[in-house]
Amino acid sequence: MNAQPIDQAAAALSPETKAAVYEGAKVGHEKRTKVLFGDYADPDRLRTLAGEIKQHVVENLDTYLPAVEARLAANGAQVHWASTAEEACEAVHAILRARGGKRIVKSKTMVSEEIELGEYLEKHGIEALETDLGEFIVQLGHERPSHIIKPIIHKNRRQIAELFEKAGLGPYDEEPGMITQRARRFMRHKYLEADAGLTGANFVVAESGRIVVVTNEGNARFCLAATRCHIVLAGIEKIIPRDRDLALFLNLIARSGTAQQISVYNEFVSGPRAPGQPDGPDEMHVIFVDNGRTDVLATDCRDILRCIRCGACLNVCPVYRQAGGHAYRSVYPGPVGAVLSPLLLGERFAEKADLPRASSLCGACNEVCPVNIPIPDLLLRLRGRAHDKGLPSPGTPPMGLWSLLATQPAAWRAALAGGRILNHLPTRLIPVPALRAWEAKRELPPWRGGEFRKWLKLRRKRQGGGQSRPQ
Amino acid sequence: MATPSVCTTPSGLAVMHGSGRAPVAGRRVQLMATCLCDAFHDDVAAATVEVLEHLGCEVDFPEGQTCCGQPAFNGGDWAASRRVVRHAVRTFRGDEPVVVPSGSCAAMLFHGALLEFEHEPDLGEVEGLGRRTWELGDFIVNGLGVRSWPGMFDSSVALHRSCHTRGTASGDAVALLLRSIEGLRLVEFGEAEQCCGFGGTFSVAFPHVSAAIGDLKLDHVRAAKPDVLVSGDTSCLMHLAGLAAREGIALRTRHFAQVLRDALPGRP
Repeated sequence: MNAQPIDQAAAALSPETKAAVYEGAKVGHEKRTKVLFGDYADPDRLRTLAGEIKQHVVENLDTYLPAVEARLAANGAQVHWASTAEEACEAVHAILRARGGKRIVKSKTMVSEEIELGEYLEKHGIEALETDLGEFIVQLGHERPSHIIKPIIHKNRRQIAELFEKAGLGPYDEEPGMITQRARRFMRHKYLEADAGLTGANFVVAESGRIVVVTNEGNARFCLAATRCHIVLAGIEKIIPRDRDLALFLNLIARSGTAQQISVYNEFVSGPRAPGQPDGPDEMHVIFVDNGRTDVLATDCRDILRCIRCGACLNVCPVYRQAGGHAYRSVYPGPVGAVLSPLLLGERFAEKADLPRASSLCGACNEVCPVNIPIPDLLLRLRGRAHDKGLPSPGTPPMGLWSLLATQPAAWRAALAGGRILNHLPTRLIPVPALRAWEAKRELPPWRGGEFRKWLKLRRKRQGGGQSRPQ
Repeated sequence: MATPSVCTTPSGLAVMHGSGRAPVAGRRVQLMATCLCDAFHDDVAAATVEVLEHLGCEVDFPEGQTCCGQPAFNGGDWAASRRVVRHAVRTFRGDEPVVVPSGSCAAMLFHGALLEFEHEPDLGEVEGLGRRTWELGDFIVNGLGVRSWPGMFDSSVALHRSCHTRGTASGDAVALLLRSIEGLRLVEFGEAEQCCGFGGTFSVAFPHVSAAIGDLKLDHVRAAKPDVLVSGDTSCLMHLAGLAAREGIALRTRHFAQVLRDALPGRP
């Protein structure tokens, strides 16, 4: 049977991994709901407001970006623009080359995954160490993250303990405290040895040039404070207009992502060390990465650029819970990834055109999104785009005959009567793939085509009069 | 860099719809029976007629009706879908409310269709049909102002709020009506906000994931031990009942229209 890649991936997922993903996502969703509705009378109004602010930014990026560049420059930071992944990697490399740097420490940057910076730097003889515990574990296992904020949601502690043992971090011990201690010990001196610290940016404030990084492990602070050079990788859509908007966004991102009222560490960095400040990097570089975002902006799916990467849509998504993040073959999995990943590919859209189909369109993603992105609408638009491009979609029934019948009442009524054959023929003899796919898992109820119409006519006759409108 | 000036996604339409609408004036309605009732679940459509007539409505059934266009819309074939929506617009002429015993078909007409007609010259006509279209529960409670239901239904009921009624007034409306029926006890079940796994063409394009999601729903519902599983969407019930039947699980499913009708005095 023809099968969609994500359906195949879900079917192939080990019960252990599936359980880890399901439980992690479910708990994440339930805690989010509790804290958000416990703290606010009407969280939906906050989500709507945050969505409007981000949509405003997305639609006015052409004025916000130069403004933020000027502000950052005035603060003493150097601003770089990268249109492609390659250019972004080269920009990081050039900064390191100028300083003779060979080692960097990284924290909180999905963009670095998106542009495959780790592989690039490794090729150029530069060590790039992940310092978020989850990302570090992913790096040790030569894997990819499977969730936006819980990169190892697919792993249980036994698997992590085995990985640590293999990596020479100590004998097998699956106690979480011990795992954390060992990672911490390993990383501590790496911060001091590093030539630069690389972070992402959760928000870039236009009016102040403030870079905001939200973490729970404190490692981002080590990355940007212990090194002489702080490099920020930020997607061009990360801007928010004013410092005061942070009140809204920090409250929403912490509750939506990790069910906290506020994240443990919130870094606000507006430039390199100023004269008179005792500590901090001497240099600060902000690299704004486009990598397909401008193309997204030109489409009717630009709302997806509001995303603040909280992962709430992944946690609630029934398909993500079954398939896990790796099934999406992208840095950004789940509902947001199903929209964003194919769009970011631009001309190569076809490679991931199947992702928008991996949804029952249940709308839970929109319901939890802290910036109220109408994800189901965007998934539908991308399905339309894939269809218009003539891209095949395994298992999706063709709609030609159906639309013919559904526009001709006489033919429709004939089909209603003719469908009765389903009650007499075994499904295996009926060459309709959709029917077989249905029957692979479920029974079809008896066909009763036209019965309602007969019943209604009889009822009307008995009631004496009331005509149904002839067509 | 492109500088778009308008947000083109009519997001929030579903929210706007269903909750804030003015009650209807007359009692003439047009029934959209849905293709699933036309083909499989005739008794749901019949119950809808009886429920509406009990409320004093004069129910017109335009014979030329077929489908709301959603299968092709979800499948990505928007040109085919638009042909079917245009047929629906022609079939449901007039200005009476169009009542449909499905949150999904209703949402197709007041939300989905607007997406696919965004750049079409006849968007206005489609919007017109959307504005007149009501999901049955929403219509009874918010359109007609009915807040309780007579009769008796001596059963414990698990209510699955179908996904297409998220953000609309339908879920609360149906719960309100059910709760008001003597003898009917609503039971809660786990992860109630989760989908049943149907998703239209999704159910056949992703049979593994679809069935796995449905199995979870069945587990949660069965753990609550209701006498009957009720929903406002036949499609969800057809999926769950189909899974249960295949797996040899006893599961009684009813559309809420059937519950309302069966509760009426004089019913067995």
